[in-house]
Amino acid sequence: MAQSTTATAHDVHEHHDLGFVRTYIFSTDHKMIARQFLFMGLFMLLIGGFLAMLIRWELGWPETPVPGLHWLFSDTEGVIPPEVYNMIFTMHATLMIFFVVMPIMVGCFGNFLIPLMLGARDMAFPKLNMLSFWTGALSGVIMLSGFFVSGGHAAAGWTAYAPLSAVPQYSGVHWGQNLWLISLFVLGVSSMMGSINYITTVVNMRAPGMTLFRMPLVIWSLFITAILLLLALPVLTSAAAMLLFDRTLGTHWFDPAGGGEPLLWQHLFWFFGHPEVYILVLPAMGVTSDVLSTFSRKPIFGYRAMAYSMISIAFLSWIVYGHHMFVSGMSPALGTSFMLTTMVIAVPSAIKSFNWLGTLWGGSIRFRTPMIHAIAFLSSFTIGGLSGIFMASAPVDIFIQDTYFIVAHFHYVVAGIIFAMFAAITYWYPKLFGREMNDTVGRIHALLTFVFFNLVFFPMHFLGVGGMMRRIYNPTQYEFLQHLQPIAVFMSVCAFILGAVQILFIWNFVASLFNGKKASRNPWQANTMEWQAASPPPHGNWDGAIPTVYRGPYEYSVPSMTEDYLPQTQAVAGATAGGRGH
Amino acid sequence: MMSFLPENIATYGNEIDSLFYLIYYITGAAFVLVSVLLVSFLVLYRERPGRRAVYSHGNTTLELVWTIIPALILIVITFLSIPSWSKVKSRIPESDLHIRITAKQFNWEVQYPGPDGKFDTADDQTFDNEVHVPIGKPVVLHLRSRDVIHSVFIPAARFKQDAVPGREILQWIEVTKPGKYEIPCAELCGFGHSGMKGYLFVHTPEEYQQWVKEKWPS
Repeated sequence: MAQSTTATAHDVHEHHDLGFVRTYIFSTDHKMIARQFLFMGLFMLLIGGFLAMLIRWELGWPETPVPGLHWLFSDTEGVIPPEVYNMIFTMHATLMIFFVVMPIMVGCFGNFLIPLMLGARDMAFPKLNMLSFWTGALSGVIMLSGFFVSGGHAAAGWTAYAPLSAVPQYSGVHWGQNLWLISLFVLGVSSMMGSINYITTVVNMRAPGMTLFRMPLVIWSLFITAILLLLALPVLTSAAAMLLFDRTLGTHWFDPAGGGEPLLWQHLFWFFGHPEVYILVLPAMGVTSDVLSTFSRKPIFGYRAMAYSMISIAFLSWIVYGHHMFVSGMSPALGTSFMLTTMVIAVPSAIKSFNWLGTLWGGSIRFRTPMIHAIAFLSSFTIGGLSGIFMASAPVDIFIQDTYFIVAHFHYVVAGIIFAMFAAITYWYPKLFGREMNDTVGRIHALLTFVFFNLVFFPMHFLGVGGMMRRIYNPTQYEFLQHLQPIAVFMSVCAFILGAVQILFIWNFVASLFNGKKASRNPWQANTMEWQAASPPPHGNWDGAIPTVYRGPYEYSVPSMTEDYLPQTQAVAGATAGGRGH
Repeated sequence: MMSFLPENIATYGNEIDSLFYLIYYITGAAFVLVSVLLVSFLVLYRERPGRRAVYSHGNTTLELVWTIIPALILIVITFLSIPSWSKVKSRIPESDLHIRITAKQFNWEVQYPGPDGKFDTADDQTFDNEVHVPIGKPVVLHLRSRDVIHSVFIPAARFKQDAVPGREILQWIEVTKPGKYEIPCAELCGFGHSGMKGYLFVHTPEEYQQWVKEKWPS
């Protein structure tokens, strides 16, 4: 779809002075909104990370006072009470999934990259975009408020199974769970607004020559993710409303005492929940493809297979959710069909892992910070994907379900996403903020994070095989688990070190904002369109007309060229916009 | 990793463990392969002066190979898993020993139908957190819950089934070795979830008869 390249009201030569509020707070510029999502997500990452440290203290030294936090648990002399422990892991997961990964990967990078990588001056609906951020921020405030109400915050797990979550008397939590549900309802609305914007922009606002199969894979991933969000969120939103009504208006959707069905909640939640985990991981896969290609100086191996595999994952994600319910009381025959589909969905993911390896083969690899994080994602995702095969087999899952094997699996895939997040932040930082981060500090942070991440989470597989259940605060209450306690202590010590190492990233991120070397347009010598704009791009993104696209995004090390990169928008003698897309 | 698996005392536990080991060997081999390739590529193909990256967009044959081989392996694992899944979850064997386990916040109420073999009659007895069974005979468990979802987990018997309020779920085990085995709750059920547990007492047939005589003296 060709976009008019004549001057528009947003032409960069016209200098708007919108004032502080319209520039930094109520901005309709996709780049500012992206930064707002990023800061919100990073702030929530600090809280979610702190909650993880509390979990690791409790598991390592159960029922002992948390050092320095007597004031937080004053009724119990610094010891975390059991009901508070339930709240801590519930909120750790809730914040990480809904308020860290989604705002940063989808909210920030979706917003920042889609117009810039496609050659648009902004999103299709800038005001809707602004509304989407502020709705998301509101949902964040509502979620945090749950920490301060009597009865404490939600404590039924991020999965909120009914009737524990439906009947306040069963959990002792009153307004906390209600606020949790309201917050997710509002966040769903925010994400759906964002999805509409992303889909419309990708379909309608690509630069001349930017065919679908010349889009960078990160854009493919964000486009597919936006479609998944649009279809999955209404189910969560409706289920959350039904649960809220059970709690506050006397309905009985999920409470058998009133004729309701507890398993209905699980079907609704996981019908959303499984596509949700692909919503979390697809953008990470897209980022990994782009970063691996750029820093191997090689085209991505099998571009079309990479795009089609993401599409297959998205399709299949709707018909695997029952693997979360193998032992739930759901019909075993249904379990068999979910087992088959779950095994099948491993195939496109395996293809991606092999294609990433194929991209590295024969490359000229530059070990800069983003590349180390991308390699860390590849490694973590491979391990997480392999561990998933155990659970896909329903009879094996009888043993593994609700044990630490599952916790190991999802931390490898989801926390592996955190590596992709660091890759994205360190890669696009120059474009976001006009400065460079310190690459030496970045690489040390990346390597230490990778090492300690593995030391914390790999042993969880052993705990799970040993039968250790999830969501318990004191494994030593069980004789068959006592022998595993030294492993728990080791993991906790490594977790504290992992947490401390993040200070390197925080310091690098913040200090570089003020003292980082000013970034050139294309510090990584990359091909995609955003690197043709200034760092950071002005309102309207490109000086002058929108560039034309002549080729795909991964034309690195083209034999006939002197440079080992060839930007998508660089005209070369004989090149035309309408050339074969590849 | 597999050395952490608790000792197995259930008849169908061997099949489950075999599948577990099979998947472990296959995924272990895949992990070694990917790791060796990854590390060697990172070393061999690091940036060096004078050497340029290979300008290749991929290889269709390789794509097909690494699509079809994993797909076949996974489908085989699926078809190997189906018989065990059906046997454990769907086909409840005939038995003269039925036990009702009703979960509640935060313990297991274990009800025996007594000599008349019928639940909810005068000779029933209910115990707290103790399940007594003999070796060598299938036992049918009737799982219920009074309040929220709990999950009866017997690690040594490779048994796990959620107990859902509003319904009764039938399951079965047959155990092979006497001893005392923990029965934790494996589904978050409230502030008392951690520590909620019972015990499975497995007796020789003679010891089991003695236990029955003790509890039902007439």
